[in-house]
Parts: sequence; C-alpha cells; structure tokens
Amino acid sequence: MCAEVTTSAKGVPAEAGTPGLKASLRRAERRKRRGAFLLTLPLLLFITVMFLIPLCGMIWLSVANTTVPTYMPKTVAALSHWNGKDLPSEDAYAAVAADLGVAFKNHTFGRIAKRLNEEMPGSFGLINKTTFRSARVKEAPASWKAELEKIDGAWGKRPIWTLLKRESSPVTADFYIAAIDMQYSAQGVLERVPSYERIYLPLFWRTGWMSILITVLTLVLGYPLAYWISRLPESKANLMMIAVLLPFWTSLLVRITAWIVLLQSHGVVNSILVGSGAVSDNARPMLMNNAFGTVVVMTQVLLPFMVLPLYSVMKAIPDSYVRAAVSMGAHPWRAFWRVFAPLTLPGVGAGVLLVFILSIGYYITPELVGGQNGQFISNRIAYNVQESLNWGLAAALGTILTVVTMILFVLYGYISGNKKVSIA
Amino acid sequence: MKKDDENGSVPVSRRDLLALGASTAGLVSLSALGSLVGARRAMAAGTKMNLTSWGGAYQMSQIEAYEKPYTKKTGIDFNNIEKSGNGPALLTAQEQSGNISWDIVDMLQADADRLYQQGMLQEIVWNKDLDNAPDGTPAWDDFTRGSLSGGDDKSGGYVSTISYNTMFGYNKKAFPNGGPQTIKDVYDFEKFPGKRGLEKIPAGNLEWALYADGVAKDKIYDVLATPAGVDQAFKKLDTMKPHALWWSAGAQPPQMLAQGDVTIASAYNGRIFNAIAADGQPFDFVWDGGLYEWDGWVVPAGLPADRLKTAMDFLRFSTSTKSLVEQARYIAYSPARKSSFAQMGNLTYYKNDKIKMMPYMPTSPDHLKDSIAKSASFWTNYGPQLSQRFAAWLAS
Repeated sequence: MCAEVTTSAKGVPAEAGTPGLKASLRRAERRKRRGAFLLTLPLLLFITVMFLIPLCGMIWLSVANTTVPTYMPKTVAALSHWNGKDLPSEDAYAAVAADLGVAFKNHTFGRIAKRLNEEMPGSFGLINKTTFRSARVKEAPASWKAELEKIDGAWGKRPIWTLLKRESSPVTADFYIAAIDMQYSAQGVLERVPSYERIYLPLFWRTGWMSILITVLTLVLGYPLAYWISRLPESKANLMMIAVLLPFWTSLLVRITAWIVLLQSHGVVNSILVGSGAVSDNARPMLMNNAFGTVVVMTQVLLPFMVLPLYSVMKAIPDSYVRAAVSMGAHPWRAFWRVFAPLTLPGVGAGVLLVFILSIGYYITPELVGGQNGQFISNRIAYNVQESLNWGLAAALGTILTVVTMILFVLYGYISGNKKVSIA
Repeated sequence: MKKDDENGSVPVSRRDLLALGASTAGLVSLSALGSLVGARRAMAAGTKMNLTSWGGAYQMSQIEAYEKPYTKKTGIDFNNIEKSGNGPALLTAQEQSGNISWDIVDMLQADADRLYQQGMLQEIVWNKDLDNAPDGTPAWDDFTRGSLSGGDDKSGGYVSTISYNTMFGYNKKAFPNGGPQTIKDVYDFEKFPGKRGLEKIPAGNLEWALYADGVAKDKIYDVLATPAGVDQAFKKLDTMKPHALWWSAGAQPPQMLAQGDVTIASAYNGRIFNAIAADGQPFDFVWDGGLYEWDGWVVPAGLPADRLKTAMDFLRFSTSTKSLVEQARYIAYSPARKSSFAQMGNLTYYKNDKIKMMPYMPTSPDHLKDSIAKSASFWTNYGPQLSQRFAAWLAS
C-alpha cells in the first residue's frame, strides 16, 4: 500500500516527457503496483485465515443458538403455535419427553441442560432429572403433562416454557442482552439484572477509564523521554533506545513478576517504606491486587508502544524549525508549542491509539496484579471461555469490544485524515 | 504522504494507520498460531499417551505412582500435559474441531459429569472396566459411594482417584496461644487478628459464610439454593471483605502464609501438607468445615480404537487398589477406594518415613465428620449465576 504512494510520488518527472514515454511509464507503474500487491498477498492471506475468519466465527458464535433447535426439534415444532399465555397443550409435553428420550440415548441432554441453565439457573438439574426419570417410564402414559409435572413442578409453570419458546430460534440476542447486564424476567419482559449481579457494564466502564488513564500516563512519561532521546547525538541515542527496547523484548510475564516482587505487601517498596519509618509495619499500603497495581504495571509495560512512534516522528523534525521560530522572536516555549508539538501529533496519535487499543484488550496484567478492583473486561471474557464455558456470552463481549475498538479507530482516522488536530 | 504535506501539519495517512493496525493484528494471530502448533505436536506423539493433569506435586504423584510402573510394565511412554485447569474448555474445543489429542484427562467431578452428559466422554462400565478389590469386591462397591459418577450404578463417564479438601490453614507463629479451630474462629477477627487468604471463587466461600453464620452443615446447600440464603451468605462475607486477600492459584496460599501476608488462608490440604512436610513450615489445619470433593479420570469420547484400548488399560491400571495406595505416599489426598484406605495403616511420606500419611487424609474417618461434602450438582446449576454475583460483589 505504501509502495503505491511512493511510486506516484516518483512519477513526477513524467510530466516533462513525450506521450509515448508517459504510456510506457504508466505501464511500468502498473507492473510495479501488481508486484507490490503480489508481495502483500501472503500477508492478506494470513490475515484472512488467522484473523478475519476467526473474527467472523466469533461474531457468529455471539448470535448462534442452535442447541434447542438441533436437539429438541419436536418441542420446537410443538411450541411454534403456542400462544405463550397459558400452559402449552399436551402435545408439547409429549414432544419434550420424546426429545429428551432421544437426547438420553445419544447422551446429548447435557447440551440442552447447559444452554438452558445459562438463561435460567437451575435448569441444568431440571433437564437432567426429567431426562433420567422420563427414561424410566416404560409405557407411554395417558398424559405426559401429568407425568412431567409429577417429575418436577417446574413443568407446570410458565417460565420454562417461555424459555424453550425463546430458545427455539436458531439466532438469538440473549448473549448481547446478558453482556449489557440485562435479562428476561419471569414474565418474559426485558429488565436490568439486580444491582448486585451487574458486572459487565461496570467492567466496560472501568476498562475504559483505566485505559484512558494508562494512555495519558504513558504519554506524559513517554513524550519528554522520546523528545530527549531524539535530541541526543546518535551514539547516546542508540544507547538510550536500547534501554527503552530491552524491557520491550523481555517476556511480559517476567516483567510482571518483577513488579510483584516490588509491590507486594512484604515487597521491596513496602520494605523500604517501613524501614525508613515512613509507614508503620502494620499499615503497609496495598500497592497491588487493586486498580493502582494494574495502572502502574500496565503503564510500564506499554510505555515502549508510546515512545517508539513518538521517537520516530520527532527524529524526523529538523532542529532548524524551532531555531527558525526562535530567531524570528518566539519564546522557546512558544516555538515548541506552535512549531514542534504540532509536528509530533501523528506520533502522539499513533502512540495513543496503539496504547489505548492494547489496553482495553489487556488480560494478563490485570489478571496477575489486578486483585479485586483492577480487573478488566477481558478477564471476564476469559472466565466465560475457560470456566463457565458460556462461549456465546464470551463471543458477545468480544464482539462489543471489537466494535468499540473499530469505532475508535475509524474515528481517529477520520479526525487525523481530514483536518489537523490541535492540542490547544 | 503528498496529500498530507498539503495539509501542512499531519504527515501521517490513514493508510499508515491501517498498516499499523494490521501489524498489531498479525501479532495477535501469531500467538494463536503458536498454540495451534503446540496442539499439533502433542497429537503427533502417537506412540506416547497424552495424559492431561494439574501439574505440580499432584501430577508428580501420578507420574510416580501410575506412570512409571505402567511404563515398566508395558513400555508405553507418557506425554504429560499440565492443562487440567482449562480441561473442560480445551476438551470441548478439541471435540468441536474433531481432533481429539488427549487420551486421558484428570478432571473435577462436576465438570466431568457435565461433559459426560453432553456425550463428550467415553462410557466406563464400572465392574467391567475397573479392577475388583483384592478381596474380590466389585469396583462399584469398593469405590466410596459418589466417587463413580456421570451415569448410574452400572456405568458412567468418570472415575475418581482421590478426594481433596479445600480448607483453612494457619501459621502457628501468628497465634502463640493456639490457633483457630473452627470456621467461626476464622470469622473472629478480634480473637484471631490478621488477613485471611481466600480463593477468588464463590464455591467454598459461600458455604463457609453460611456455616460461620450458624447454618447446620447438612443444610448449607438447601439454604444456598434460596435467594434469601444467598443474601445471608453475602452479608456474612461482607464482614470478611476488609480482611481478605484473594488468591487464584493453589501455590499462592502457602506462600502468603509463609510471608506473613495473611495469618489464615484457605488452601488445598495437599499444599498445606507439602509446606509442613517438605518445607518445614509452622502451619496447621482447621479441619472443621473442610470442603471435600472428588477428582479423577475421564477418557474423551471418539478416540481411535488403538488409543482407546491403551487409555482404558491405563485407566484400569491406575485405579487399582495398589496404585491408589502408592499415590498416597506422595501426596495427602485420600484414595477413592475403601480397599486402598484399608491398606494405608502405616504408610509414610516418601521423603520422610517419620511422617504418617493417615492423619492428613481429608476423608479419613477422623476428619470426615468435620467435613462438608461439596455439592457438584449445586454448583453446576447455580455456579454461573453465583459467580457473576460474586464477581460483582468483589468489584463493588
């Protein structure tokens, strides 16, 4: 893509040539462009296979709801003309018994139980119990309604039927509803979950503000550093760049563990504080296992992502610009703000974008030093993938995060592409 | 670039930014590729059995007690994978991709039952696939009731090898006048000052909160199944919150106790035992309210015939009375067979023959009466909901 830009820039001398020369130049350019495209082909292919396809898979997973339609086809058919007000008719009960009978033989009733339990806690036991007990019924009873209600009273009430009806559709918004801390009430109406169960919106919010804080901190720390390095003579600058890059190349886990050694309650920092008499031994401040720890460690971990783009932009700004401004009477500060700083904006933009986008998806640091109030949304996604196995909800949360990131990305591209951003 | 030069101040194009984004994405995908390659390698091992367990001292005990004797007997080698922590998720992923790379997996009972009922585990016929006790008692009767599960009294998907406790331990140095003896003591912050180390999950913490609040041991799950009971448990936990330090890996609590970060911590009994027996730490147990649960083998469904045969043969070998007794030399987890318990009389720790193992076994007759049986079915039903509330409570 970049190659294309350079070629057109190099194509300038053509204006002076004859039409024949122009045509052959254009041909050469086209060839070059094709060559450049072919060169990027492996990357495009790689991105498609390793990124786009899994991404589409995730989006599909966040709306897919195939369990009940696949494993309870008779029930789905029987409930298709249920009015949803009274209890369903006898044929729906018989259909449930028949479907669970098949699921018992195929060992698939656990899948139904798991899916329903995600929406209505306690359904796991209900489905398992009903499956085992109804499998023991040898001859078809006169009324499956009476039989199922005998097995568990829940079959004589509406919620389970409302749920089955809702889960009959092969696509669902359930996971997104859960991802914004909402649920269906027993009457089937959307409502917010009780306040003590709200977790996803607060987590999105916390992930957002902490990422902003981390981004601001890396900018405040990284900008002067990058400026300083960019003004150093070559040999010293290289040495300083190694100092920046060395932690960047060090394993993330090693760096986090080093921070744990520093910050834990009997760690280096606390011991120095206690040793110097600044705090008493039984009032050691909590420096990790909270939001503070997450912010400190992530700021250090992500700092190179801010310094590197800033440095590369600053390096390209000749000293003569600021000197020129000063020679024309500007105060050095004014020269810095009006001449130098605006020229570094692309670096600021790239650094901020990079750090912020990395932050909102960060997992390992909040997991290890976040404790109880320093966790991010990704930790909850991991929980849903690994522990509760509710991959639909994990996919919905992941999709929301992806969409938010994309909006920010497009927004930034729009702002920086259209018009200059000013700091003031 | 040219276009931006005209703008005068922002020499970065949207294309550059897109390229930046693409390279970041590439980085992420690369790590995904890495894990894929890892899985392939494990699968290609063919002649070796891919055995998945929890790692640490526990997997070491399995290597010593099951794997080495089995390799000596049959020549079959093992590829030890330490992924049981994510076992259910990874097995589900293997099933969905159609590439089952694991031959036998160590798993908690609740997870195993759930997977078996989803058709993802091999059916095990108790009295056919498992050995009798030395005196001829069939497997179903020799295994402690409840330790073979998933199906019914004929077959199922899960064979326990051990039971372990999640229980409180304390540092004796912190309490020179005697440490806490009951869960109520753990909640007594005046008499037993200091921070408490607790696992960052609702299971255990909610049971103990109710127990400390005066609910009888055998009524805990009935109470916890009601909304009022859950409220009661969280209200009691509120009193714990300012004193709590949360852990998520089993190795953490002994460390927290040793470093003095906490004075009392919940932990797996085997970890506290290790700290006492192997590292000489001045720790002791609070046997009251110890929460025991089963852990054991599953065989994934859909293995090719030759791998299935080996896996089932190893399952039989490793769950024999002798293998289970042997394992108890290495770690303080109770064997699932009654016949193994009967042979344990003077069994000593493998590193120190002065330490008898029996007093440290969580389901020994002495300790069983003080313990709470963790209800797998309760947590299957209410786990996701309570976990969400617990996470919200932690964050608030």
